[in-house]
Parts: sequence; structure tokens; C-alpha cells
Amino acid sequence: MANHDIDITVQGGTVHALVGENGAGKSTLMKILYGMQRPDEGTITIAGEQVTLGSPGDAIERGIGMVHQHFMLADNLTVQENVVLGAERLHGIGAAASRRITEISETYGLGARPGALVEDLGVADRQRVEILKVLYRGARTLILDEPTAVLVPQEVDALFDNLRDLKAEGLTVLFISHKLGEVLSVADDITVIRRGTTVASVRPADTTAKQLAELMVGSELPSPETRESTVTDIPMLAVDDLHLSAVDSSGDVRTVLDGVSFTVHKGEVLGVAGVEGNGQAELVESVMGMRTTDGGSVTLDGADISARSTRKRREEGIGYIPEDRHRHGLLLDAPLWENRMLGHVTEPPNSRGQILDPKAARTDTERIVADYDVRTPGIEVTAASLSGGNQQKLIVGREMSHQPKLLIAAHPTRGVDVGAQAQIWDQIREARREGLAVLLISADLDELIGLSDTLRVMYRGRLVADADPATITPEELGSAMTGAAGGHLEHESGDTGALEDTDSTPEDGATPDTDSTPEDGGDHR
Amino acid sequence: MKKLDKNKLALAIAAPLLAVVAAVLITSLIILATGDDPLLAYQVMLEFGSKSDSQVWIIDKSITYYLSALAVAIGFRMNLFNIGVDGQYRIAAFFAAVVGGALTLPGFLQIPVIILVAMTVGALWAGIAGLLKVTRGVSEVITTIMLNFTAGSLIGYFLQEGRLAEKDGNIFHTPNIPESSHFFTFPTTPDPVDGFIVIAVLVGAVYWFVLNRTRFGFDLRAVGSSQSAAEASGVSVKRMVLTSMVLSGAAAGLVGMPTLLGDSYNYGNDFPTGIGFTGIALALLGRNHAVGMAFAALLWGFLDRTGSQLEIEGFAQEIVEVMKGVIVLSVVIAYELVRRYGLRKQQREVGAELAAQSAGDGTNDKAGVSA
Repeated sequence: MANHDIDITVQGGTVHALVGENGAGKSTLMKILYGMQRPDEGTITIAGEQVTLGSPGDAIERGIGMVHQHFMLADNLTVQENVVLGAERLHGIGAAASRRITEISETYGLGARPGALVEDLGVADRQRVEILKVLYRGARTLILDEPTAVLVPQEVDALFDNLRDLKAEGLTVLFISHKLGEVLSVADDITVIRRGTTVASVRPADTTAKQLAELMVGSELPSPETRESTVTDIPMLAVDDLHLSAVDSSGDVRTVLDGVSFTVHKGEVLGVAGVEGNGQAELVESVMGMRTTDGGSVTLDGADISARSTRKRREEGIGYIPEDRHRHGLLLDAPLWENRMLGHVTEPPNSRGQILDPKAARTDTERIVADYDVRTPGIEVTAASLSGGNQQKLIVGREMSHQPKLLIAAHPTRGVDVGAQAQIWDQIREARREGLAVLLISADLDELIGLSDTLRVMYRGRLVADADPATITPEELGSAMTGAAGGHLEHESGDTGALEDTDSTPEDGATPDTDSTPEDGGDHR
Repeated sequence: MKKLDKNKLALAIAAPLLAVVAAVLITSLIILATGDDPLLAYQVMLEFGSKSDSQVWIIDKSITYYLSALAVAIGFRMNLFNIGVDGQYRIAAFFAAVVGGALTLPGFLQIPVIILVAMTVGALWAGIAGLLKVTRGVSEVITTIMLNFTAGSLIGYFLQEGRLAEKDGNIFHTPNIPESSHFFTFPTTPDPVDGFIVIAVLVGAVYWFVLNRTRFGFDLRAVGSSQSAAEASGVSVKRMVLTSMVLSGAAAGLVGMPTLLGDSYNYGNDFPTGIGFTGIALALLGRNHAVGMAFAALLWGFLDRTGSQLEIEGFAQEIVEVMKGVIVLSVVIAYELVRRYGLRKQQREVGAELAAQSAGDGTNDKAGVSA
């Protein structure tokens, strides 16, 4: 059951935010409001009139429009063609449509160029085209599903200006997010949703981000904080002067990684912060051997693995929790026990020599399902039929089952419900106590700060800053992520700016103070 | 667990059943539309097809078909569309015939040599497409189609008097292979069954074992299921593409062998063509499954055999080809429908299981919104 007892009242001409953890049921509610899913019970009233929304068509007719998180645009068509597609009957496809688009664009400050090709537009512009599409169809209520997830901070500000313009023109905006800072800055009303039900309605003026967070997750606020330090001075992963360039969609060669160097020690979690798209994904893929770098070396446990294949690196003891589990972590059509073999097919219990051992793999999958609390009726079901959180638990269980020396965790709790999130944090912490080195990439700053022993900030392919997670705040980290600050970040030290030149940042810049507590002598391995 | 398995079995039976019912229904309508009696047609087919000489004919024919289906299926299992099995088996059979006609070794040596030459030539020919795909990114669909024509032209060039062929009436063919190199047969009556059936069964078994029970097979299937996930898991996708293309070509090399070693004993311009394309249909029909494709090959042999009889009995001669098309379409559509249904059902079951586990606060959905 995704939703029950949802009560939400949205005033016309306001920006209403709907906040909740991943998996709290926000998307289900949106689908109901947009007619994509029918409620089993309950009513929807628009402007005093009770309505039944059987399809998105019904919703559009009632003036409700939706801007999806993943854009639904045809890249090879122009802005105008995308906007009129499916709404040809309104103003035709010619000059009248063009005029109408320009008119809407000017009214709400969307700055759209009807003739531009969508493939030439950036993410923020594409989002505006999506909004334009909805307005063109006459929407008076806009639903935006996590609109800021794909934007950099400056673009977020621009979007919020647009939303305020919409509001000023009397339109209603329903805004879904789990980023509390944003919600507080733009919303007039906030509804909190938890485990499929509405738990509170508040006004931004009467609340704080912390209170909202507590409402979102319930009484116990799970904290990713790691208590005692387990960092040793034995280097496990050393990345030295990594360079990588790639050809982007317009055919230009772009530097993706530029002189990236860092060391992760046994028992240490090194967190890399950064706005998405600044090279974190490429860094991970380079360390995994999925990309051929232009220069630099990767050393694992004293052995240079720069020239080794991905499979060899995995056999050497790298565990990998990929950013996109559907693309890189699972065979969606395959049963769970075959997914248990993926990535470790050369290792026991999955195979003996060249021959697979399905019996042992099945038995071990049963164990992972039990130990890691993967909620499934059995191991013969396909990976696709599990929920995101359970898929992630299976992946974590699989990677941990091979006693990795190094775990690369990219957004390990993305799209995972609160319970599974706490569980995954616990597992990472426990393995770290036993000497695991972790390279953690995350967009969740609280997760990064709470879990990491050392923090680095990545900006435009470079590690531009480092910080001590014990003292740094998300805000300070955030400013470095936009490139506004660099060097060693210190909390409340008067200036959060560059204290030292970024290039001269020592290879393990922020580790000395955490290194100095190797009381457990390091490893039990 | 048990319940899921039972569902799985029911679904596995549902798909072919649905396909057969749909195919029979549609074919009957078409026969009716041509003004004939569909029941009579089926009766003619069953009666003629079950005669003992028909049985032998069907089995012999299906050996070749089955090998072709296997060759195609190797590519299909990793999303490679090897349309070039046709060219691969022809050029392989041609050079095998040339080598076989030139040598006079004892049979136990010469037969393996001929087969090995065929597999090597097939592998090399398919390898060209594989190499172009991994080095230059050229779609294997394009290259294998073009290589089919190239193979045809190459054979045409060599298949002339004074080059590698001799003239026999109005047919050019390679020198006959010696009698010692004729493949053994099972002495069944009225006609013997080709001994190559042993090889076909063996190749089918190896196909099943390698795909389902070896690391290599797992990697291959992983690439077919999700290239990006396979890459992240440590499979070298490029090497896999090349390897499976080569294996597919080697299997294709076997396709012409039953004919060469058991029937024609040479490669002439009357050597059967088009079997590679039949293989594509059969791989689809048999769902790339070792046993499924065997049934598909037998069915095709049956249709081939009884189709000519239908013509003699006064039915439209195209009716069997129409049947074949209808069957392939019915199977593909039925399997896809059942697959989607099964997936949805499974998702519902997983959802129900979870709801049961976390039962407690589950009240009814209620959504009240006003704007």
C-alpha cells in the first residue's frame, strides 16, 4: 500500500511544497493527482467541484499539468514542435502556435526560443520547455516532481524566480522535493508525507529544516554519523594525478578529470562531495577500470592496477555499489540468484573453475536475502520485481559478501527508504571497523558528512577543497561545491575561502587529525 | 516459492499453447478465404507427414535447420543479429568441399578435416563482421548482410571450370569428395537417417551447457541482458562480441555439412541456399532454447514436406509459406504477451508479500485534495 489517509489542501495562487523521504509515497500521490493511477478510496476536489481523474487527459482538461522529473522531450525536434506535439488542435502548428508560445514565455519569463532545437538546450532550458508545454495546454495548477534534482544551485534560483512569476499570475504550483532548504525558501505552505500518509502541514515561517526533517523521518532521526575513528595509516587505494577527457555530445573534447589525486586508507571513508556532473561518476568508472584514462595511476593495496581490467580489479578486492543500479548493478530480467553472481562470477561460491555452481549461488543468495533483509518472496523472482530499496540491499549484500578491501559506494542510499538507508549505513560502518576502505560519492551532504572520515570537494573535474567532517556544515560544503571556495575548509574560522592553494593540497590533506587515532591498530582482516 | 514455480510452469505452457491456437485459427481463416476446407488441409498434412518415408525426410531436413537455428541463437543470446549465417554456411561448405575433393585421406581423418575447414571458414567470415563492430562500430546487421552477397560472389567466381569447379551437364560443382568421406547413416527403413543427427544433438547439448553452466555463458547472457551492467561487472564487451560472432560463424559452418557429407558430396550451383534465414525464424520460434529450436526445426521440416503434398491435392501452393509466417508471428507475440503478463503478476505478488509482511497500519487509500 503506497498511500493511505492522505489529506492535502492546496490554496490557489500559492507554491505548495510536498516533502517526504524517498519512498514515502510522494510520487504515488502525484500520479493519482495527474490521473495516472486511480485511488481506491477518497475524493479529489478542484475549485469546489469533486472530480474523477481517470487519465492524464482528464487532469489536463481540469487544468492540472505535470512536469516530470525525467524530461519527456524529443531531442531532434524544436522547442515549438515539442510544445505543440499532441496539442495541435489548440493553436495549430504554425505561426499561431509560435505566437502563443512567445506570449506565454514572456508572461512568465521563461525565455523560450521556439525555433531552437531541444538537443542544443541545457538541462535548465529543457525544464522550462516542459513547463511551457504544460502552460500551453492551459494548466492552472502545475505539479513539479523533484524539479531541482537535476539543477545546479544557480539554476535552482532561476527556477524559483519562474515559480514566483507563475504564482504572481495566479497559478498554483505543487512542488515535490526532499531538499528542505529549497522548500523553505520557495514554498508558501508545506505538507509533510511519511510512509504513505500526510503527517503535518506547516508554514515555512513557523518551522526549521531540522523540524521538517524530523517530521519526514518520524521520531527517530537516523543519523549517518560514525562515532569513533577507525582510520589507519595503511594506504589501500592511492589515486595519483588522474586525467581523463571525453567527447561530449557536441563533439568537443572536454576534460573530465584533471589531476585528481587522493589516498584512502584502511578503515577510512573518503567522501567526495560535488554537484552532479562534475566528474564524480567518471572518477568512479576510472577507478573501476571501465574507462581508459589519459594519465595517472591507480594503486590498490600496494599494487599498481592502472592497466588491469575491470574484472581483475574486482577480483583484487574492489566492491562496487553503482550510482545507477539499473544500468550498472543488476540484470533486471534475471532471477535474484543470477544477479548475485553478477560481477563476481569468477569467484566462489558462484563458480568452480570455468563451471558455474548454481546450487551454491542459490544457497548463498538465500543467505544474503536473510542477512541483508531483502524483502522478496523468493530468489527465483526477477530483480525488476523488487522495490528500489530491496534491489539496493541485494547489491550491498552481494558486494560485501566478497570481503572487499575497497568499497566504491556511489549514492549508496539513493532512492532507498529510511529503514534500508540506516541499515546500509550500518553495514558500511561495520565493514569499515574491520579495515574496509570506502570511497563514498553522494549528493546527500548529511550522508557525506556523517559517514566520512575525510571529505573532498569535486568541482569541474578537480578536487578543489578538503574538509573535516567533524566540524564542517552542509552550507559550507555547498559553497565549495559551486566553486566559490577552495583549499582546506575550516568551520567558523573567519574565512571559509581558500586558505591554501588547491594545487598544493597535500595528497591526504585532511587525514592527519583523523589519522592520529589509530587506537584499534587497524585491521582484523 | 512452490507457488511461484507452479506459476512459472503454467506460464511456460501458456505461451506455446496460445501461439498454436492462434496460428491454427488464423491459418484456418486464410484457407477458408481461399475457398478450401481447412480441416481437409490439416488431414492431408497429418496423413502424409506421418508416413515413414516422410518421417525420415523430415528428420534429415531438420538436422540442417537445427544447426542453422543454433548458429543464429548464439548471436541472439547477446543481442547480436547475425543475419549472415546464410553466407557463412555457404562459403564454409564451399571451401570444405574444395578441400574434401582435393584430399584422399582415410574417412576417419578426412571427415574431421572437412568439418574443421568448414567451421574455420565460417568463423573467419563471421569474424570479419565482429571485428568491424568492435573496432569501427559498424552494425553487424549491415556487415553480415553485405558479407552474404560477398560470399555469393566469391563462390560464383571460383565455381567455374578451370578454377575450382568442374562442369557436369549444366551444373558446375567442386570435385566429388571420396566415398570414404561419406558420413555414416542409420539403417532405417525405407530410407536411412543421416548420422549427422548425432553431431546436431551434440552441438545442441554443448550450446545448452556452455550458455547455462559456464562462466563464459553467464558473461555472454549478461551482455545480452544489459551491456552496461555486464561491462560494470567486468565483462569485456568488445571481446565478447568478437568471440560470440566467431562462435556463431563456426556453428554456421556446420550447417552445410549434412548436405555435403551425406547427400550432394560436392558444392555445386545447386547447393541449397537460404537456410541461414530459416535459422533466424527457427531461433525466434524456439526462443533460443536448445530443445525449443529442435521442435521448431522438426515443425519446419514437417511443413516443408507436407506443403508439396498440399499442392498436389489442389490447395494454393503458397499456403504453407503463409502458415510458417503466421506461426512465427503468433509465437513471438504470444511469448511477449505472456512474458509481460508474468512480469506484472510477479510484481503484484512481490508487492502482496511485502504488504503482508508489514501489515498493521494498512487502512484504505483516501485522497482528499482541493485546490
